[in-house]
This record gives sequence, structure tokens and C-alpha cells, in this order.
Amino acid sequence: MENNMSGNRKVIVFQLGEEEYAVSVQQVGSIERLIPITRVPQTADFVKGVINLRGVVTPVIDLRLRFGMEETDYNDSSRIIIVFVDNMEVGLVVDAANDVIDIPESKIEPAPEVIGTVDAKYIEGVAKLEDRLLILLNMQKVLTEEEMEELKSVEG
Amino acid sequence: MDTSGYLTVFIDESNEHLEVLYNQLLALEKQPEETAIIEEIFRAAHTLKGMSATMGYHDLASLTHKLENVFDAIKEGKISVQSEMIDVLFAAVDYLHEMVEDISAGGNGSKDVTDVVEQLKCLEQGETLPHEKPQLEASQEPAVHSQQMKNIDEFAMTILQESKERGYTNYEISITLKEDCLLKGARVFMIFEVLEKLGEIVKSDPSVTELEEEQFDHTFTVLFISEHKKETIQINIEKVSEIEAVEIVPFNIEQHQEKEQDSRKLAENQGTTKVKETKQRSSKGVANKTIRVNIDRLDVLMNLFEELVVDRGRLEQLAADLDNKDLQDTVEHMSRVSSDLQSIILTMRMVPIEQVFNRFPRMIRQVARELNKQVEVEIIGAETELDRTVIDEIGDPLVHLIRNAIDHGIEAKEARINKGKPEYGTLKLEAYHSGNHVFIEIEDDGAGIHKEKVLNKAISKGVISEGQAELLSDQQIFELIMSSGFSTADQVSDISGRGVGLDVVKNTIESLGGKITIDSKQDRGSVFSIQLPLTLSIISVLLIELQKEKYAIPLSSIIETAIVHQDEVMHAHHTKVIDFRGKVVPLAFLNDIFAVKQPADAETNAYLSIVIVKKGNKMVGLVVDSFIGQQEVVLKSLGNYLTNTFAISGATILGDGEVALIIDSNALVK
Repeated sequence: MENNMSGNRKVIVFQLGEEEYAVSVQQVGSIERLIPITRVPQTADFVKGVINLRGVVTPVIDLRLRFGMEETDYNDSSRIIIVFVDNMEVGLVVDAANDVIDIPESKIEPAPEVIGTVDAKYIEGVAKLEDRLLILLNMQKVLTEEEMEELKSVEG
Repeated sequence: MDTSGYLTVFIDESNEHLEVLYNQLLALEKQPEETAIIEEIFRAAHTLKGMSATMGYHDLASLTHKLENVFDAIKEGKISVQSEMIDVLFAAVDYLHEMVEDISAGGNGSKDVTDVVEQLKCLEQGETLPHEKPQLEASQEPAVHSQQMKNIDEFAMTILQESKERGYTNYEISITLKEDCLLKGARVFMIFEVLEKLGEIVKSDPSVTELEEEQFDHTFTVLFISEHKKETIQINIEKVSEIEAVEIVPFNIEQHQEKEQDSRKLAENQGTTKVKETKQRSSKGVANKTIRVNIDRLDVLMNLFEELVVDRGRLEQLAADLDNKDLQDTVEHMSRVSSDLQSIILTMRMVPIEQVFNRFPRMIRQVARELNKQVEVEIIGAETELDRTVIDEIGDPLVHLIRNAIDHGIEAKEARINKGKPEYGTLKLEAYHSGNHVFIEIEDDGAGIHKEKVLNKAISKGVISEGQAELLSDQQIFELIMSSGFSTADQVSDISGRGVGLDVVKNTIESLGGKITIDSKQDRGSVFSIQLPLTLSIISVLLIELQKEKYAIPLSSIIETAIVHQDEVMHAHHTKVIDFRGKVVPLAFLNDIFAVKQPADAETNAYLSIVIVKKGNKMVGLVVDSFIGQQEVVLKSLGNYLTNTFAISGATILGDGEVALIIDSNALVK
């Protein structure tokens, strides 16, 4: 889908467990430290609730839970990455936000069929940079309803 | 010239001018000799013409030009205003309205208006007068539209000319990319690559550099020379993904040249008249000192301001703790300034109801003509201000009520004369403020509502039982016409309906947090009275607590709060109920419904705190842990991600910056 002529893609890199993920910088509004989250009842497990983002009520999802990983307590390095996709503004709780880098398009490979236990649909590709392996996320897929429904049904 | 930045201003202003045209035409119908009105119409048409020509909407410009010509002729006394002219003029303005709507919907405002143009021309010529001004033929316009390309330089023209002589075909290709296309620049690049294999691109609009920098909306146009057929080109372009539409038309050089000349002529014409206009303005000295602000920006301002209020709260707290006199004074001053600021921001969102009322006279005229009735409109309190959000929603229900009043309220001329009433029926629209509410009343002096008929129909439709019927007050009977199931699509009664029942109106108004009441006197007329909150963004709520979580329940749905001893809770068919003033009210334990985490050492309280809420005439008691108190809060949406959240209608930000959810109690009442 992406066919960038410039040859480089600027991404925000963040940490979930041992893995490093990347999301395109255009989709990121800001990176916030943890602020109090208000729980919203009767929503999917990974929806942690809503936060007051400078006067705007913004939903927050726990990306670990979204990807079926184990839940951990939030700590000082936890961050909320605010992303904008399809008119939606959503915060993603991640273990840590590491840095901003340029990935050459040529280094991006299609996603392998299975990565760990995670359903790979929202993975756009992987990029190998020296000794780092970055997993590029397709944010639309991470957020879309249909995917969420699927996940719910899998988890029961 | 790139005019896209002015589009919204253009649309807003065009609508204002159309409003003037409508209103003045209505006035002209009553006073055909009044020169001030004729002048006003001429001015509005003239300005509209100038604006639309500048923006490149040629159909719009040429039709207004025709309209202007007619009024020019009237002004100079060549023709006089006849009542049959008015209909044609209204039709023309209706067309203009449609064009502007098309433009605001993203179209190019083109429309086949030949019939009206012909009629206008006849009007303008009167009987014998020859027309003096050179005119743009609007009837030709539709053929020209497909060709949008402008400013083709001589060099390009020569190439096009030559290629044609050599047997190649010139095409104008418009390509629209899908709206969600991510890398527009890349798409353009791919399309160009395809095209270059098939022929030669002479020119593109916007320019290649702009296209590469993605400085275009979603559509671009290229002039293209090729020996291939149109279909071949089409297929090849469509191979590139994320393309919405491809339109290929042969490019006709002659036609293009003609069009260029025309628009130049038009532009010159305007140049001279514009000056006249400004002079007039300045001599009158009427300057409108307002600016247009996008409502989204006001929302942002409001959000930021609330943050400031939260910080203010913290500062106040800190100042009190530190007990420093200077600090306290400063914080207090800041508090005062910021509350003034808050009220200013709120009033910035207020607009006069005039905006809604203004479209009614012409609508009433139309409906009255359709039904062959004579109706006069009286508008009172058009300057009453309402929040923008309410204004946007209230138009449709009002239209419905007005149509209803003319259709079923006001009698036909003969019937009125027989009853000894003036032959013109009067429809009164009135708006006024009272407390925290705005009232809008629609009053007619028509036949009124026939109580017996309403009752009989309500009973026959099963809306109420005969026993219930006896207990109802007159007002309650009238209000039956708004209950669902009263009017159905297959039966248009003489009291309600045009197919769609008034229940829709009632629902809309209630969803806005308003109320509607009806009063009526047989043969004297009816009054529909609507009560609305001043703004939808601020509501009164009761804050409650469930363990450590705070929630808000809108006061509008609360009947009262109660504290009930555990012993008074009864069981009725697996449901816990209480006896509330002689009525059995089921209980809903919010802690369970919202799955609130209970601390391990939670002790059961001997008393239950209950909020009794209603939906229609059903009640439910919501069991909460504690009441915090009543508060005015700013309503916020949960965003596009969390839609359809069960029993939660929105959120608000509390004084300490935390988010509290607003409970939609309707979802909790079965």
C-alpha cells in the first residue's frame, strides 16, 4: 500500500515487552506521560478508559492487551501515544516510547505469517536495522471495529 | 487564482444574499412600486453575480446576471413589477439556491436553467424593449462544463493545434483520487507514468510541482495528446489503485478560446461595477464589524479554557493552603477574569434564531400556494439568541409544525369567511428567553384541534383506553396527536400528519432536552409551544459515586433521590423493588451493572442511596454508593472510537481534571 518515493519512512519506535514496534509519525499526535484514566464499563478488555487530554476526552487502549500479551503494571517509563486514524483519536498505552527514526523503505519486508501468538493482520511489515527488529503496525487495522470484534470472539 | 480558501466564505455569503433575495421578493410582492426593495434586490443579485464569477461558477454567475438585468430594467422604468413575474423570479432564486447547495456539497454548481433564463429574458424585454446589454448565454454553458482547464498559454495551444493537424487527439482527463488515498503524490506519479507511455502530457492543473507536493484536493486535470482511443487510456489509468474516477473528454480548442473570452468579458464588467458598489457602501457608512469563526475553533478554545479553569481550581486550593495574602488576591482576581472569559466564550457560540426563522416566509408562501390558502406570517423575537448546536437541530421540527399548521390549522378562504374570520389566516412565530430556556411558539388562528376527534382516534388506534380518556385534561388530549402510533403513513387524517406523525417532532425536541406543549381552542386556533435549553453543551447533572468512580446523571431524567433501608427492599419475581410513593419501582444496582471493583473489606450499608429516574412513565431506582451533589457540566463526546457504549452517553471533565462518565439512564429503563 505504501509507496513512498522519498525512500524513507519516519516512525515512532516503542516497546512492548521484549519487542520493538513502530508506528508512522504522521499518525502520531503526541506522546504523553501517564495521566489518570477513567474506566468505561462494558467495553472490550483492552479499552482502559478515557483520559482528559487537554480538555478533550480521549479513549485509551492497552496495546499489550490488544495484542493478547500479558498485562503488566504501569510504571515511570509507561507512555500513552496519541494516534489519529480515520477521524479517531485514541491513546495507546505502551511500556516505553524509545525514539524517532527513519526506516529505508527497502528494509521493510512483508510480515511473516505468524509472529509469536499475535494475529498478524495489523502488522504491515518488519524492518531489520542492524541488530534491531522493528514491527511496523497498520494503525487502521489495530483500531478498526471488525478486528476488535474478532478478537473479542477469540478471547470469549 | 486559487479560490478554494474562500469557498466557505463564498457559500456563507451567497446564502446571505439568497436570503435577502427571498425576503425582498416577498416584500416586493406586497409593494411592487417600492424602489428601495428593487434596489436591494438588484444589489444582492449584483454582488452574488460578482462573487460567483470570481469563484469560477459560471452558471451561477450567468443566471444572477439575468436576474440582475430584469431588475435593471425595472429600475429604469422600462418594465413594471407584475404579480406573475414574482413566480418566475422565485423560481430563478430557487435555482440559485440549488446551485449554491450543490457547491457547498462539493459540486461545481452547474445546472440546466434554460427555461428560467428564457422566462427571465421575456420579463426583461417587457413588450417592446430591446435588450441592451451583451449577455452570456447560459443555455450554452452545460456543454462547456466538462472543460475546466484554464490559463492555457500560447505555447501549449500551439502544440495542441499542431497535434490535431497531425491526426492525434487532444484529451482533457480529470482524475479523482479516493478520499482515503494516503500518498497522493505517489499516485499522481504513477498515473503520470502510465500516461507518458500512451502519449504526451501538455499541461496539468494544478501544476506538476503542486501535485508532487500534494497541494491539491483529490482531483486534478491534465491536457493530454495521444493516438490511442479514449477507452484504452481509461483502462490503463484505472489500473493504478486508489482512483475514484477518471473522466476523459476530447479537448476542443475553439470552444476553449470562446470561453476564455467570455470570462474575460465578465471579469471586466465586474471590475467597473465593483467600484460603484464600494462607493455606495462607504457613503452609507454601514460597516458590519463581525468576523466568521469556525465553530470547531470555538470548541478548541472552550476545551483549552476548561483546562485553565481546572488549573485555576488547583491554584485556589494551593493559595488557601499556603495562606499567602498576595497570592490569594492574585488568584482571586484571576478567578474573576476567567469567569468573565468563560461567559464570553459561551456567548460567542450564540446566534440569533433569525437564521432559522428567515427561511420560513418563503416556505409558508409556497405551502400556502400549494394548498390554495391565504396565509400571513408574523415573526416576533427573531433576534433571540440560541446556541449554534440547538439552531442546527431545531429547523426541521419547526418546518414540520409550520406545515402542519397551514395544512390542518388554517382553513381555506371560504371556510374562514363563513366563520366570520379575516380571509387571510395568520401564522405567528415567536421566540423569547425565559430563565435558562428559550421558548418558540407557533400560533395559528385556524380551526383548532377537535378534541372529540382526537380522543376517538386515539382510542381506536389503541394509544389510550376509554377509561384513561376520561381522566385526561384538554392539554393532555391535544398532546395525544404527538404520541407515536397516532398517525400512520397510510392514513392522512384531518388533524395530524402528512404521512409522518408529529411524534417525530416530539422525539427530536426531547432529544435536545426540550419540551413541547399544545394549546388549542376550537375555531380560534392552536399554539404549539417549544421549550429548549439555551445550549446543549452545558447540562445540569447529579454527581454520584460508585466506590472511587464518579458518574454523572442528567437532572432532566431524575425524579428524585431517596435513601431507603435495606429492610424496605422487596423481591418481586427475582427483581429487587421498592415501594416508592405507592408505586412499585424496580432497582438497578449500578455497581453490578458497571462491574465496579469492590474492595475486599466492603461492608454492606444498612441504607441504600437511590436515584429515581424516569423514561416516559416508567421508573427505575438506580442504586449508588453515595451522592456528591448537583453541578453544571460541559458535555463532551467519547469520540469516534468508543461508539455505542452501553448506558454511557458522554463524559465531562470535573474540577480536578478527571473525567466523569455521564449515565444514559434511558438505557437502564426497560
